[in-house]
Amino acid sequence: MKFLYLTAAGTALLALAACAPSTAPAGGGADEKTGTLRVWLFDEPNRAPKEKVVNEAIKEFTAAHADVTVEVTYIPTTPARHEKFKGAFNDPASSPDVAEYGNTDLAEYAAAGGFADLTADLQGQDMTPDLLKSAAVDGKQYGLPWFIGVRALYYRTDVFDELGLKPPASIGELTETARTIRKKKPDLYGMAVGGENTFGALPFVWDAGGDITSLDSPESRKGVKAYTDLLTEEICPPQACVSLTGGKTVELFASGKAAMGIGGNFNRSAMDAGAAAGKYAVVPLPGSAEGSIAPAFAGGNNLGVMKNARHRTLAVDFVKLLGGKAYQMKMYEAMGNLPTLTSAREEVAAKDPFLKPFLDTVPKGTKFVPIDPAWVKIDNGKVIPTMLQKIATGQATVEEATTEAAAAVKAAFGRS
Amino acid sequence: MTAVLVRRRTKARPWLYLLPAAAVLVPMFGYPVYMLGLLSVFDYRQAQVSGGQPSTFVGFGNYATLLGDARFWEVLAQTVGFAAALVAATLAVGAALAVLMTRVSPVPRTTLSLAALGAWAAPAMTGSTVWMFLFDADLGLVNQVLGLDGFNWFYDRWVTFGVVGATIVWHSFPLVMVTLYAGIQAIPASVLEAAALDGASAWGSFWKIIVPMLRPLITIVVIQSVIWDFKVFTQIYVMTNGGGVAGQNTVLNVYAYQTAFGSSEYGLGSAIAVVMTLILLAITLLYIRALYRSGEKL
Repeated sequence: MKFLYLTAAGTALLALAACAPSTAPAGGGADEKTGTLRVWLFDEPNRAPKEKVVNEAIKEFTAAHADVTVEVTYIPTTPARHEKFKGAFNDPASSPDVAEYGNTDLAEYAAAGGFADLTADLQGQDMTPDLLKSAAVDGKQYGLPWFIGVRALYYRTDVFDELGLKPPASIGELTETARTIRKKKPDLYGMAVGGENTFGALPFVWDAGGDITSLDSPESRKGVKAYTDLLTEEICPPQACVSLTGGKTVELFASGKAAMGIGGNFNRSAMDAGAAAGKYAVVPLPGSAEGSIAPAFAGGNNLGVMKNARHRTLAVDFVKLLGGKAYQMKMYEAMGNLPTLTSAREEVAAKDPFLKPFLDTVPKGTKFVPIDPAWVKIDNGKVIPTMLQKIATGQATVEEATTEAAAAVKAAFGRS
Repeated sequence: MTAVLVRRRTKARPWLYLLPAAAVLVPMFGYPVYMLGLLSVFDYRQAQVSGGQPSTFVGFGNYATLLGDARFWEVLAQTVGFAAALVAATLAVGAALAVLMTRVSPVPRTTLSLAALGAWAAPAMTGSTVWMFLFDADLGLVNQVLGLDGFNWFYDRWVTFGVVGATIVWHSFPLVMVTLYAGIQAIPASVLEAAALDGASAWGSFWKIIVPMLRPLITIVVIQSVIWDFKVFTQIYVMTNGGGVAGQNTVLNVYAYQTAFGSSEYGLGSAIAVVMTLILLAITLLYIRALYRSGEKL
């Protein structure tokens, strides 16, 4: 009987507590002027040079601010980062003051109310409007773009010389060249193409006039077809290529198994570490019209201040220092990260001819993913890879797969 | 008076005995299930968790969304089919090896049980990774031995299910084997001897004597296998990189994980988990009932 009473009492207690699932306490932010400024930066495969630059910035910062120490934590870039950030939003005690984050994650974080509005703090930056927008949601600036990455077409100079080929100037030529190479050198993939390389495929869609929000439009279909035409037996056999991510296609090219590949300026060290080292050159990824350049994806990382930050002013100062011209230049020298500040970018371009094809791509217009929490859902739900893979494996036609993907995109927007 | 007291005491006694189990089960199992059910009737996403938006009660809205989603039905059907095949395969392999163990000399028997224990002890994560390496398209041992250079085992839907299924069976057959082996050892030798003298074949005595006598044990391993194989997660998630080419190898548990944590749809993800729990409960209850009906004691 006692047990029954206990159960009844327990049930009643639970029922009382059952009004709603718990939600994080509101307003953990403060503006203390001393103490420890906590900073989250992304870990990199080769972190030492980044850490060195960051430590220099910290030294300068602590010298200028009395009674302040800076504590940096390097967090992984794997999907586990989402859990880290969600934890910081939910629990003020485990929140840093400053955090580096990928600009594609911004919309989700902004919707969750995790980052502070810095519109007033970041007036008059020396940046193109396109770039500034990659850190803004609904006109509010949620961070300072710290660096960007631009993708372009890497190709093997030795193979092209041997076969007497010229770097392609249009998507049509690209496809033709890739076929020719694989026909003449069956050991090589004509081009390293990945079924999960979303940011490799999107430029084809954008160039045709399509977009993520209208995947079933005739323009988008044309772009999707142009990309999946590369994922065929004659260029990059689906058996081997359909599951490749962007990173894997870079590995494939670097290992010398492919004659072309889409890679970023940030992939240079990987290329130089592989069999392709010293035997490659880079041109902008061509568009469908002869001599045109396909719009690039403006990926990159921002520096933001958390809403739960306990040292708001200090945090903004630190963002301005680390994201300022001096440290953007140092980060470029250390990591190859492209500066976001126009003057800094012009300076590094003059110094390093390797960057020319990447930088030539930027003024032709950069594109971005939808700034909406729906994007994280579309990305995590692998909507675009699923579409590409279904076409490449023959499970669906371009029409069927794009219709299905457009429905999934619509559903993601509908529920956000 | 005393009679009433005694009766009351006898009535209370079973509950008293259940108390220790309840003390563990209620907080460890009851509370999570309760939270799961609670989340599944709320519109609960990342914005609600971190307090950006208020969480709203949506009743069975998440369930309606789920049941109206063709993808859910596709994944459900796939999961049921895959789990059924796995249960059959695990039982067949486990039972065959258990019988084999009773018939071989000590050295191969010890070798077999050690190998099985190794598979049993291997964490799902480790086992999956090792099998993935074995079946790697370029560097895998399997392709090198078979001379299938560059064959991608994780390309075709059914081949992929085959390889992942083999890994899962490898992980789960040892329990079945050891349990049934112990059961067979407990069958009096005289019974089997008598059958042999009456001219029963090995096949015949397996189906007519061993299986009926082991029925309670088989019930337990079947239920366990159904539960394990229906909620398979690690092997699929690791080996097919979260569901395979175009999501063709997704099972319900992976789908629930991706919905809840990938898309931050905690409410909808919880609804999937609740549906899974209900299905498993129903299967288990139906199975036990069917056994009672057929007059067999458990």
